[in-house]
Amino acid sequence: MYRYDEFDHEFVKARVAQFSDQVQRRLVGEITEDQFRPLRLMNGVYLQLHAYMLRIAVPYGTLNSKQLRMLGHIARKYDKGYGHFTTRQNIQFNWPALSDMPAILTDLASVEMHAIQTSGNCIRNVTADHFAGAAADEVADPRPYAEILRQWSSVHPEFSYLPRKFKIAVTGAERDRAAIQTHDIGLHLKKNADGQLGFAVYVGGGQGRTPMVAKKIRDFLPEEHLLSYCTAILRVYNLYGRRDNKYKARIKILVHETGTEEITRQVEAEWEALKDGELKLPEADIKAIDAYFAPPALLDRPEGDDAVKLARLDSRSFSEWLDQNAVTHRHPDYAAITISLKGIGEVPGDATAEQMEAVADIAEKYAFDELRVSHEQNLILPHVARADLKAVYDALVEIGLATANSNLITDIIACPGLDYCALANARSISVAQDISRRFASLERQRDIGELKLKISGCINACGHHHVGHIGILGVEKKGSELYQVTLGGSADENTSVGDIVGRGFEPEEITDAIEKIVDTYLAIRLDPSEKFIDTYRRIGLAPFKEALYAGETKAA
Amino acid sequence: MKILTGNRLTDGEAVWYGNGAWLETIDKADLADDKAAEERLEAIGAAALANNVAIDINLVDVNVVDGVIEPLRLRERIRAAGPTNRLDLGKQADHGSVPAA
Repeated sequence: MYRYDEFDHEFVKARVAQFSDQVQRRLVGEITEDQFRPLRLMNGVYLQLHAYMLRIAVPYGTLNSKQLRMLGHIARKYDKGYGHFTTRQNIQFNWPALSDMPAILTDLASVEMHAIQTSGNCIRNVTADHFAGAAADEVADPRPYAEILRQWSSVHPEFSYLPRKFKIAVTGAERDRAAIQTHDIGLHLKKNADGQLGFAVYVGGGQGRTPMVAKKIRDFLPEEHLLSYCTAILRVYNLYGRRDNKYKARIKILVHETGTEEITRQVEAEWEALKDGELKLPEADIKAIDAYFAPPALLDRPEGDDAVKLARLDSRSFSEWLDQNAVTHRHPDYAAITISLKGIGEVPGDATAEQMEAVADIAEKYAFDELRVSHEQNLILPHVARADLKAVYDALVEIGLATANSNLITDIIACPGLDYCALANARSISVAQDISRRFASLERQRDIGELKLKISGCINACGHHHVGHIGILGVEKKGSELYQVTLGGSADENTSVGDIVGRGFEPEEITDAIEKIVDTYLAIRLDPSEKFIDTYRRIGLAPFKEALYAGETKAA
Repeated sequence: MKILTGNRLTDGEAVWYGNGAWLETIDKADLADDKAAEERLEAIGAAALANNVAIDINLVDVNVVDGVIEPLRLRERIRAAGPTNRLDLGKQADHGSVPAA
């Protein structure tokens, strides 16, 4: 993985010193909250309902053991013993004191981490496929490009005060696991007919109150033009993006209002003037960054086949976990493993300090010291020899992280919601926990098959509800929580925004409603191989509406 | 009726104004039941912000039921108690306040 060079170290160290001074001046009252607020946000410090919250960047979701161990240390020393992995591949701590921030950021810097640009109207943490570097279906590892984008966008003077925040995602596989079409810029790394690497470029995707699927504005951008083209997009956005209305300030609105053809023309015109200038990436530079992401030496471990076969016979639960949480690796003797942070009835994305430390140990011992955070709020061990899978499983069982539910209905994405978040209108976690308990049976979950359920506690959509096969949005109505359900959303290579099914449900009704939707799907699917999303796309809302509202629609 | 609440500057702890101090629990918050009382609390809030005692200071609506202050909005009930999924955290754990929801 990427290691800080001298410049990076100096940069982060200088920022820690600068922000520590700002915190100090705030604490003694030398600067007002109005002056301090934008400064703390630039360093990832929010104020939530119960306390401050610190959001720490995990660049493109990549961590090593030392870093995860440090996150565990921070959870224990400065927080209440746990952290929350987010849909942006970051981690949030819910209870840190402002006065502890300098110490926390110093600790983070010691393992090459920071919280810079995890808030504010700038280019945020660049996200990537969590199986990057491991997936069998990948053309190339997208992370070197994410790292190039990170370096370019860090305190970029021209793009630090954009009309609104700006999110970039990169995938290196046809099967999009990074939800690139829901981002301001989505990059699909691929090869052209000549075998040259480059990107399909998508612009103007986003969720929030106005969900939009990104538009493809270029089918193939040679890799050396990555920065010049992104600069061209951001210049057009910076120039024409709306600053008069916060709710219309994202690039998706500009793309929508301007039209794909015209925005493409503007970007291409801007790019013409830039493309052969200093932003053109020299091959040597790409190679230098690439080298940081050189895969670990994956020795052949052919004994894995027999080991797995035997272990499967010995343990049904291991076998189920393997079926659900192991992904095909590009090396046949290895697998990529999803460590579910979605135990039945648990809080999606939460991990305790002890769990973080134990997972760090496992990664160090069995997974070449590599870890990923997925936008689905799980942890990933990208390279595990099949021969070691049983040992990894046993170690995960010990810390309660061996739930076999990857991509099943209890693998729920949920934002922190009203239990923590100052923006939320309704709780998300409690809904996720209820649904998780209702569908606790693995047999039942496996019968239902792949089903992405996503919950947001407000229209800002941190819980990605718009693109859930089943999406739940919590709103506040007459002082109470109400949950709106959408169906048919999807965040993969066939991204779609879900359709609202009808009137919302009260907290005590929502789990029953979800069960009715699932039962309806089970009754109408062609056969068990037809996934929920495919059944929905074949048939649409009607049978689900009927199941949920039959009595009342007739009365109305 | 309204009460005055905010978050303490140093650690972000949710606090309520009562008896001349910023308290860590809601139960002894000063109640404002007329315009003049609200204005008094607002002035105290403005001073607390100016003096860097608390931030995000707001008047919030409450009912008093059997002598117990109950915020109208769930948001404020959760602030007063702690996360509803973690009864071991927040005021409900530290001070034994009634869970919010």
